[in-house]
Amino acid sequence: MTTGQRIGGNLANFVDERTGAGRALKKNLNKVFPDHWSFMLGEVAMYSFVILLLSGTFLTFFFIPSQEEIIYQGNYAPLSGLSMSQAYASTVDMSFDVRGGMLMRQVHHWSALIFLAAMVVHMMRVFFTGAYRKPRELNWVLGVGLLTLGIVEGFLGYSLPDDLLSGTGIRIAEAIIQAIPLIGTYVAFFLFGGGFPGTIFISRIYTIHVLLVPGIILALITAHVLLVWFQKHTQYPGPGRTEKNVVGFPLLPVYMAKAGGFFFIVFGITTFLGAVASINPIWLYGPYNPSQISAGSQPDWYMGWLDGLVRMAPNWETHAFGHTVSWNILIPGLIVPGIMFTGLALWPFIESWVTGDKREHHLLERPRNAPTRTAVGAMALAFTMVTLINGGNDLLATHFGLSINQIMWFSRIGVFVLPPIAYFVTKRICLGLQHKDRDTVLHGRESGRLVMLPSGEFIEVHEPIDQYARYSLTNHEQPEVVELQLEDAHGVARPGSVKEKIRARLSRGMYGEQVQKPTEKDLLELEDGHH
Amino acid sequence: MTDTHSAPEHSGHQSSTALSPLADPGLPPHVYRRADTEPSAAKKAERQVAILFGLSAASTIAFIASFVGINKDVFVFIPLFGSTQAQQLALGITLALSLFLIGAGAVHWAKTLMPDHEVIQERHELRSSDEDRQGVIDVFHEGAEAAGLGRRSLIKRTLLGSVGLVTLTPILLLRDLGPLPRKQLETTNWAAGRRLITDPGGIVLKAADLQVGSVAHVLPEMPKGSETTLNDLVKDAVIVVRLRPEDLNLPADRKDWVHEGIIAFSKICSHMGCAVGLYEQQTHHLLCPCHQSTFDVETGAQVIFGPAARPLPQLAITIDSEGYLIAKQGFMEPVGPSFWERSS
Repeated sequence: MTTGQRIGGNLANFVDERTGAGRALKKNLNKVFPDHWSFMLGEVAMYSFVILLLSGTFLTFFFIPSQEEIIYQGNYAPLSGLSMSQAYASTVDMSFDVRGGMLMRQVHHWSALIFLAAMVVHMMRVFFTGAYRKPRELNWVLGVGLLTLGIVEGFLGYSLPDDLLSGTGIRIAEAIIQAIPLIGTYVAFFLFGGGFPGTIFISRIYTIHVLLVPGIILALITAHVLLVWFQKHTQYPGPGRTEKNVVGFPLLPVYMAKAGGFFFIVFGITTFLGAVASINPIWLYGPYNPSQISAGSQPDWYMGWLDGLVRMAPNWETHAFGHTVSWNILIPGLIVPGIMFTGLALWPFIESWVTGDKREHHLLERPRNAPTRTAVGAMALAFTMVTLINGGNDLLATHFGLSINQIMWFSRIGVFVLPPIAYFVTKRICLGLQHKDRDTVLHGRESGRLVMLPSGEFIEVHEPIDQYARYSLTNHEQPEVVELQLEDAHGVARPGSVKEKIRARLSRGMYGEQVQKPTEKDLLELEDGHH
Repeated sequence: MTDTHSAPEHSGHQSSTALSPLADPGLPPHVYRRADTEPSAAKKAERQVAILFGLSAASTIAFIASFVGINKDVFVFIPLFGSTQAQQLALGITLALSLFLIGAGAVHWAKTLMPDHEVIQERHELRSSDEDRQGVIDVFHEGAEAAGLGRRSLIKRTLLGSVGLVTLTPILLLRDLGPLPRKQLETTNWAAGRRLITDPGGIVLKAADLQVGSVAHVLPEMPKGSETTLNDLVKDAVIVVRLRPEDLNLPADRKDWVHEGIIAFSKICSHMGCAVGLYEQQTHHLLCPCHQSTFDVETGAQVIFGPAARPLPQLAITIDSEGYLIAKQGFMEPVGPSFWERSS
């Protein structure tokens, strides 16, 4: 036994005698994880969060969360002599005078953008493959919570440098709070310690940004990952893969090496972006001053949809009984986002109510095999894309020489018209792909080889696919419509409640139209050789 | 594996649950990699991994060298990205390589040399057995019984009451986060006789300083010694435009709020409080860059496009005996975004 082994053994013994960790480790170290590229999207989000914690800690050593006004005397000449807050000045100083300071700022900002993007794409993967179905609904809800907190955290973070762009963003957030009926003005005055902007909000959002929200995010990520661990990962359907097993690589060594390596890859790419692609150049924006503005003011991308909604809102405001209700702010700023995120969180429960499906699901579904779900997802994405596009309407107008008024009207109409079109088109595409799968199973794949028959007719030779592929293409569920029960158990006619009628209707919409996958009979005929 | 599986419960669902009509052929036969069968290929893969790790170490050394060796006043120009500090760029690229190469090495190692046999593990149902569930209920009941929660209702009620009450204390403690709004949102520093000074610059404006078509950003001139804070700017900022008097088409009661075509509006958007900083000289429109609300100066800053619901509040101006532009009176309505207590 080498010295290293002896020390390691003693240490392990010390820990195990005091914690019993060995038992838990033995059970978990060879845990199997299914392998698929789409499963690493959530990993990207988690690793980005780790990068955020590391780079963010570095930034706190140099950032001064104070709105005390000073005259800038630092090394960045263009700002010399300007009045600015300590927060802004310290951000400029760390960018130009701290070795690696600019790099860490850029890495922090880039990883925030990637964190949010990875969460969104991960959520799309989970949605479109039905991974959120029982028993994973709770983890879906945790995910929605993480996305929401991530957006808040990102917004607070880019508001900290107190530059002209972020100050404008904070002003808009303040206006949304102020628009809340009854309590809005009071909430705004409490948050900002008086009228806007006051001298205290930077230090307040600093505490929220570096302590409160990251703490909650960390706790939720822990719960999120523990649930994945405990419930075991879902897997794509295929030969050998069933609802009752997990097929993949054991944690040690393959999964560990890949996941650990992947962390470094994400970190490396983020650092590369931070090194070469400068974002949020606050030294060009200048310090915040509420009487100034720069043209083309844009929030970070994950706030863009919200800004787009606010931009496209009709200018409705009600004045009655000495009070004002700003629908032009409340609807796009609070009501629509509230509906969006509530709907997102409740989706697994809504779907399982409509389908009446209360079983556990560990096999994922291919998007084409759940056409209605896929279409609903496409509809939601179309809605969000229109709002996001409208959030950049000014830049679109200047870059492409368009009229801003026309883009606004395109968005105002498109936000109602395009989602249903996306729904319809997506559903047709899914059903078309189901047809194709059926044809591939029954008639083989197109070989691209054209043959002329003695009769002069040209045909394309189809090659049969192997048994594994054939199994994969037929290995999905085709649920039936939940019909309205018009007779009770004794055969007596009953009208059926409104709730049941709604459900039957939704169920018909969901499953009423499907491409029948090949039956056993079709396949037997195939084997007998007549197609 | 010690896992045992029990059949998952299928309930409340009448659909055809059978998946494929075909029998499961099981996992496809394993395809061996070259490194699995040829020692030379394995040796080569090992070398590749080692090279990746070695390059990472070299890159970290380059990072240290850039940290110590490059002067931070040196700037380099990269096409597309512009001019940048050479040191920050070198630090970033070397660090990115160090990290990326460690990751690439680990993944390459896993893919070429570590076992790639897929393993099958059983799942077990998540639901606890009925006995376990009953056991929990029993223990819970016993505990509640032992504590006498059911019998001692006085304790239960006073406990609930006191816990409920103590949760109110944080709300009370947060009271001093800020003052009450009172009339703060409705007042500005503009008052009758206040002269208009440019911002920035602080030059007192005369009517003659403004040509037709020109625009000025102004603040009220404050008594000597008083300090202008950002909280003042957020309410006092005013934009002044000079048009030909015949271009103006104002409501009758505001006809004398302008001086020879010089007209002043609050610069704070009536929508969400951004500075309405863009003036289109040809169309006489003021545009807010935040949400594109567009105001028509000719008609008294009426909203002609965008989400803003109200015109920009107009500041009545005139000139004093020396020809300086002054406010005739303060704003007649609150400036900035709407709020619940606003009456119009």
